[in-house]
Amino acid sequence: MADSTQSAEAIVSDVHKKIKAAFEAFVYESNNSVDVREIGTIIYSLGCFPTQANLHNLIAEVEEDHTGYVHLDKFLPAMTRVLLEHKFPSIPEDLLLQAFEVLDKENKGYLEPEELTKYMTQEGEVFTQEEMDEMLTALADHEKNLVYYKDLISQLTIDPDI
Amino acid sequence: MVLIPSGFPLFSIDKRNAAAFAYSQLQSLNFSAHCEAATAIRAALLIQRWYRQYAARLEIRRRCTWNIFQSIEYAGEQDQIKLYNFFGFLMDHFTPASTERNLISHIFRKNEFCHDTEWERYFCYKSIEVTDSYTGPHLTFPMTFCGVLKLVEAIKHKQQLHARYVLQLFGETWRLLRIFPNINQISAYQNKQITICGDLHGQLEDLLLIFYKNGLPSPEKPYVFNGDFVDRGKNSLEILLILFGFLLVYPNDVHLNRGNHEDHIVNLRYGFTKEVLGKYRVHGKKILKLLQKIFSWLPLATVIDNKVLIVHGGISDTTDLDAIARVDRHKYGSALRLPKPTKHAVNGSKTQTIHNREACGPVEGRRRVCSLTNYSSGPTHRQDLPRRSLNNEQLNWSLEKELKKRRRLAGFDQSYGELKKSDCDSDLESGERTETDVGEWKQIVDVLWSDPMAQNGCIPNEVRGGGCYWGPDVTEEVLGRHNLQLLIRSHECKQDGYEFCHNRRVLTIFSASNYYEVGSNRGAYIRMGPDLVPHFIQYQASRTCRELTLRQSVGWTERSALRALREQLFIHRSDLISAFQELDPNNKGMISLMHWASATEKVLNLGLPWRVLRPQLVSSTQYGMVDYQQWIRELSITEPKQEISDNSILETMYKNHSNLETIFRIIDTDHSGLISFEEFRQTWKLLSSHLQTEISDKAIADLAQSIDFNKDGVIDINEFMEAFRLVDISAHT
Repeated sequence: MADSTQSAEAIVSDVHKKIKAAFEAFVYESNNSVDVREIGTIIYSLGCFPTQANLHNLIAEVEEDHTGYVHLDKFLPAMTRVLLEHKFPSIPEDLLLQAFEVLDKENKGYLEPEELTKYMTQEGEVFTQEEMDEMLTALADHEKNLVYYKDLISQLTIDPDI
Repeated sequence: MVLIPSGFPLFSIDKRNAAAFAYSQLQSLNFSAHCEAATAIRAALLIQRWYRQYAARLEIRRRCTWNIFQSIEYAGEQDQIKLYNFFGFLMDHFTPASTERNLISHIFRKNEFCHDTEWERYFCYKSIEVTDSYTGPHLTFPMTFCGVLKLVEAIKHKQQLHARYVLQLFGETWRLLRIFPNINQISAYQNKQITICGDLHGQLEDLLLIFYKNGLPSPEKPYVFNGDFVDRGKNSLEILLILFGFLLVYPNDVHLNRGNHEDHIVNLRYGFTKEVLGKYRVHGKKILKLLQKIFSWLPLATVIDNKVLIVHGGISDTTDLDAIARVDRHKYGSALRLPKPTKHAVNGSKTQTIHNREACGPVEGRRRVCSLTNYSSGPTHRQDLPRRSLNNEQLNWSLEKELKKRRRLAGFDQSYGELKKSDCDSDLESGERTETDVGEWKQIVDVLWSDPMAQNGCIPNEVRGGGCYWGPDVTEEVLGRHNLQLLIRSHECKQDGYEFCHNRRVLTIFSASNYYEVGSNRGAYIRMGPDLVPHFIQYQASRTCRELTLRQSVGWTERSALRALREQLFIHRSDLISAFQELDPNNKGMISLMHWASATEKVLNLGLPWRVLRPQLVSSTQYGMVDYQQWIRELSITEPKQEISDNSILETMYKNHSNLETIFRIIDTDHSGLISFEEFRQTWKLLSSHLQTEISDKAIADLAQSIDFNKDGVIDINEFMEAFRLVDISAHT
């Protein structure tokens, strides 16, 4: 019994260290706070895949009222829960592939920039123009200006394990 | 309302569960027509979610890369200052045997002459002949706008200016700078827009891009260049030629501030010295000496309309512009070291020296009658200098006349023996270091080396090793005290080329794009009109980087940063292994990731987020444990310099190779690229005492033999460095 408690504690401690490390990469002042606009990046960097709605809710929980800052004291417990409960699990490659295939109605094997743009900027949690431009720059094949999603998925899936 | 097979109504989906919902929906692939649209939405949601995560991961990698470069860069600067302090310490306290004394006495580049006319003779270009085989541009003096244009075109076409013209141009610049005050006072009157540029660091493409986008300097288009024109980039010399060229043509409209890299000691380390000697093998040394003078005469600050202060580094809580306006700025040849204090002698006798310094000739009376820089009855503002472009001869005459008049009035005698006031460089006499000297020196170092910080207060800048970190409260106090509204400074690379801090009272401007690596950052410059509101123009100089995808651009920069980091890790491998072994008492060869991160930080002391970087640095971990011996071995496999054998002398040398190169260049006083075996041995001795390692004469002799230079008793620096594969690859490209 003692052993399993030990390992549970160790797990939590390890999770705490992960969160602190990611958090501290964005701390520029000595007061252990980060700008609220960086919280999304920190959460993603811990291997989570929240929706925008998820993010807004979490930020509302942890932000120091109207200061625009988030302190580690509030972030740590909230984020620990997220990690231990696997609240925002990653998206398996095959599921992602299916999603692209749904958008590729004609089954061409690729998406044209206009097609992708239409979906990304009009459906779901829409992209800003800037996000869309960045995405096309990142994903579109340079010569043919098409998004070959099958190849991309395997290339771009990043090991979430910190 | 559409019902989905699983029974959940579409429009009452709680977004919180969108993920799970999307998953469950896409699991079932039989889509009816009704479901198609809904499915597309869910697919889009999934892709958006995935992409945002991916982009955020990229951002964090970019952030870490940034921190890596910054920390290594500043650690390098710190080394430089430590090195200089090391020599300073020796000079102050060491009473060496006579042979070593000669060596050390070279180190601070003693001035053989004291008087300007002597220097003028030394720098004289007239004896240098331009042969017919020279295909570069021919310059005529006084400099004209057409002349500068010609020079810029020639430089664009990669022609090299003849040494004669280089010396001539720099000579004119030196003479001009001596009559400028310490602080340029300028005005954005008559709807003039002033352009302010930050660090250029030898990156000619950026300067040319600025001129292309913004136009060339002219009375209608005044420019301020805020220091750090040289070092690191390959075209520091060309940048100086162009900037000084425009300065000569439009002295009222081109304003140069000194940066911490306008310093001959820093140049030894960061590439400018090497560049000059490489491009001008015969006259390089002379050119460098002249530049040393020019740098010490560069103004320290520029003020626009008494409201905007522009300095290269920043301020401290003791910054006092009136004090800065009064100093003899040329005394501070290198801001790294407090100049030896000066004796307030009235007669011309030599003073005795306790510290084995070779006196350089007749003493100069440091009690000034008056100085060129704060002579008040003549024009102190450059607005009063007659304009150049139209009537060149007249201007040339009037500048000369001006200079002569000031010298006379300063009690300046032309003859060598009766010198009452000198404007030669520092480091001459020993004596009591006065409080004024220390105070003055601090004013200058603070202005050239300091960085802003977020917290209040003012603390020494230990990262750079000079200047301080100053907080928002200091900004308010200093700006308030001087009735200023904005501080513009440079000195730190910024991702977007510029950055505000301290409540938008401090603005950093940095004009060297892709400073760390292709794609690392944009450069920027400021345009400011009479309303004194800064407007920014950003750019990135490399054509290739525009074509990179976001991912590739981050990847390139990251690879470069990681290479640099792996190099650092490799250099410190013995210390790392010791630190790891301490955490592995049972000698299992494995330590936890947590221990790996903390031990690595303890050894390298770079303040990096090691856990975040871990995936890029450690290829395999098992159950959160690192096999550290294997990791170190892997470091050496990926590191091209791995052929250095595991020999403690070699490792020590490699660890300090940049220090060593600097030392060699200092010792090689005639810049011939050769030092004798005896000098090499003494160098080694000095270095070893500083590093507190014991190295026997026999070991040094063995080392020498293995490099096989006993044949002629001299060492070619390049050969020596090559032997340890320490040669800078860029020297060969």
